Amino acid sequence: MASVSKKTSEKDYLCKGLTTCEGCGMELIARKMLQILGPNTIILTPPSCSAILTGISRETGWRVPAFMSNLESVGAYASGIRVGLEVLGRNDIHVVGFAGDGGTVDIGLQALSGAIERGHRFIYVCYDNEAYMNTGIQRSGATTLGAWTTTTPGGKTNQRKDVARMLLAQGIPYLATASVGYINDFANKINKAKSVDGPSYIHVHTPCSTGWRFPAERTIEVARMAVQTGMWVLYEAEEGKVRITRKIRSFKPVEEYLRLQKRFSGITEQVLQELKDYIREGYEFLQEREEKSGK
Amino acid sequence: MIRKAMDGNMAAAEGARLARVQVVAAYPITPQTPIVEHLASLIAKGRLAARYINVESEHSALCAVIGASLVGARVFTATASAGLALMHEVTGVAAGCRLPIVMPIVNRALPSPWSLWCDHSDSMGERDQGWIQFYAENSQEVLDLVILAYRLAEDKRILLPVNICLDGFFLSHTTEAVLVPEQGEVDAFLPPYCGQNLILDPQEPLAVNVLTGPEIFTEIKYQQKQAMDRVFPVMEEIGLEFARRFGRFYPPFSAEFCEDAEVILVTMGTMSGVARYVVKGLREQGKRVGLLKLRVFRPFPGKEISRVLRKAKAVAVIDRSAGLGSLGPLSLEIKGALYTSGLDEAPMVRSYIAGLGGRDITEETIGQVIEDTFGTLGNPRDEYASKWIDLRKEEC
Repeated sequence: MASVSKKTSEKDYLCKGLTTCEGCGMELIARKMLQILGPNTIILTPPSCSAILTGISRETGWRVPAFMSNLESVGAYASGIRVGLEVLGRNDIHVVGFAGDGGTVDIGLQALSGAIERGHRFIYVCYDNEAYMNTGIQRSGATTLGAWTTTTPGGKTNQRKDVARMLLAQGIPYLATASVGYINDFANKINKAKSVDGPSYIHVHTPCSTGWRFPAERTIEVARMAVQTGMWVLYEAEEGKVRITRKIRSFKPVEEYLRLQKRFSGITEQVLQELKDYIREGYEFLQEREEKSGK
Repeated sequence: MIRKAMDGNMAAAEGARLARVQVVAAYPITPQTPIVEHLASLIAKGRLAARYINVESEHSALCAVIGASLVGARVFTATASAGLALMHEVTGVAAGCRLPIVMPIVNRALPSPWSLWCDHSDSMGERDQGWIQFYAENSQEVLDLVILAYRLAEDKRILLPVNICLDGFFLSHTTEAVLVPEQGEVDAFLPPYCGQNLILDPQEPLAVNVLTGPEIFTEIKYQQKQAMDRVFPVMEEIGLEFARRFGRFYPPFSAEFCEDAEVILVTMGTMSGVARYVVKGLREQGKRVGLLKLRVFRPFPGKEISRVLRKAKAVAVIDRSAGLGSLGPLSLEIKGALYTSGLDEAPMVRSYIAGLGGRDITEETIGQVIEDTFGTLGNPRDEYASKWIDLRKEEC
C-alpha cells in the first residue's frame, strides 16, 4: 500500500474551510495538484463541484488566478490563455483546466479534443466522480454501468465512456489516469505533466460520498478498492507509450468494490458479468499496449 | 494613405491588421470565411505579428479570444448566422468580463430554413448581450470602424466588446475603392493594448467570472449599463480625433434631408445606399422625404434620434429581420425613443419588413415604403403591425 506523503513543507495554494461535501476527493486532488504546480498557475473551472473552489461573489478558495469558464469550453479557454501568454512572452505560467467528468467526457469533449489537436501547452485534470454531482447526481458518460443516479433510477444501462482511451487514440504527448486513493502516484503524474511541452491529460478517479452513497470517511478506501478490483487502472502514456503504474497481479472480486456503495445495490447478475468483462477487456487492452510500447 | 480596391471582408481583415491584433481565433462560415482566410495568410506570411488559433467551433473561437484577452492580448474574431448563435452563450461572458474584443458579424439569416444570404436576424439576436453594435454601409466604413472600435472598446471608460455588422454578400463580397491608412498613422491613433481590468496574472491573483449572488449581481450589470451610457460622448471624442487624422467622421447616425421632411425613412446597413438614391430622386421631384441612416444600434441613440424624427409627420422604419411575434426590432426602438421623448404629438411610426434571407432591397421596395407611408398621412390607422413590403403574396 502506498504511503501518504508526510511532507508538510509544501505550500498550499488552496484555502482551508471550503464548502465542499464532507469526504470530498476533488478538493484533495486540487490541493495536491497546486502544491506541485506552485503559484505560477492559472486555473480554469467550469460550473461544477470545482466551481466551489473558485468561489462565490467576493470569495475565492484559490491563491492563484482562476477563471470560471463555461461548461463545454475549458479546452478553448485554455488555448486562448496559452496563446495570449505566448504572444506576451510569458512562458513561465502553467495553464490548468480542472473539470469534472460531465464537463470533460460529455459536453466538454469537443473543446478538449480541439485544444489537444492544436498542441497547446496546458494540463487538463478531470476529476471523475462518475456523475453530474454539483447538480445533484445525474448520470454522465463516465457513470459506471448499473449505477443508480437520479436520472438512471433503475441503474445505468450503458457502459461508461472511456475518454482517456479516446485521447490515447487521438494522440497526446502525456496522458495518465490516477486515483485520489493513490495520491503519490497522482503527484508523480502532475510532476511529469508540468514539464511537457504540449497538452497533457490526467483523468483522476474521485469517489463521491454524496453521490455514490458511502460514508464520508471511506473515500480513499473506495478509491483504492476500485484500483484493486480493476474497475480503475492506473497508467500513463508518454508519447503514446503505455505503462501501467500500478500493476495488479490478482484482482480482488469486483463485488467488494460494488458492495461499499449503495448506488450499486440494485444490479443484476447480468450487469455484474458485464462489469467483469469490462474489467478484463480494459486491463488486457492496456497490457497489450504496454507490451507493444516495449517498456 | 493609399487607395485600394477591396470588399467588406477584406476591409475587415485589413482593419484588424492595421490594429495590430495579437491573437485571432476563428471558425469559417459563409459569408465570413474570406476575413479569416486573409488574416491566416497575413500571419503565415509574417505581415501580421499575431497568432492564429484554428478552433473547432465558433463557441471555441469566442472562448479562445476571451482567454487571450483575459491575459492582456488584443484579439479578433469574426462570424455569422449559426456561428453567432452558437457563440451566444459566451457573448455575454465577453461583455460581462468587460473585454475589448472586436468581432465583425457578416450578416446572414439564421435558420430555419437554411439560407446563406443576408438579413439581420443573427446580430439582432445579440442586441441585449452587452456589445456595442455598429452597422456599416460600405467597405470604407468597415475598415475604419474596426480601427475605431478597438480604440473605443479599450478606453478605460468603456471596456465593452464591439460588433461591426456588415451585410453578407451585399457588402462582404462587393469590391469598391477604400482609402487604407498607413500603419504609422494608425499606430499614432491606436496605441498598443495594455490590459488592466480583469487580468489573469499570477503576480496579482484574481478569480474572474465567479458565481455571483443576488447581493452584487445587479450592481455588476449596472456597471455595464453605465459603460454603455458613456459610449456616445467617448465615441464623439474619439471620432473627432479619427476625423482629424483620417478625414472621415462617424457619428451614431446621419440624417439627410430631414430638416423639413414629412416622412423620414430609417435604415441600417447597405440598404441605406439605395434609400439615399431614391430619397434624392424624390426630393428632386419636390417630395418632402428624408433619410436617417443608423450606424450605432447598441447603445441606441434614442434621445438624439427622436430630436430629428419628431419634426416629421410619419417615420418609415425598414427592418431586415422578421421580428416574429412582434414588430421589426428597429421599429420598436424607434417607437420607444419617440414615446419617451415627452412630446404631446409624436409622428406615426410605420414598421416595414424587407430584404429577408438575401432578398434584394431595390429602388422599387424603397419607393413602395415611402409611397405607402405618405398614403397614411391624412389617413391615420389604428394598427399594431409590421408590413411585409416585398412579400410575394402568390407564394403564401
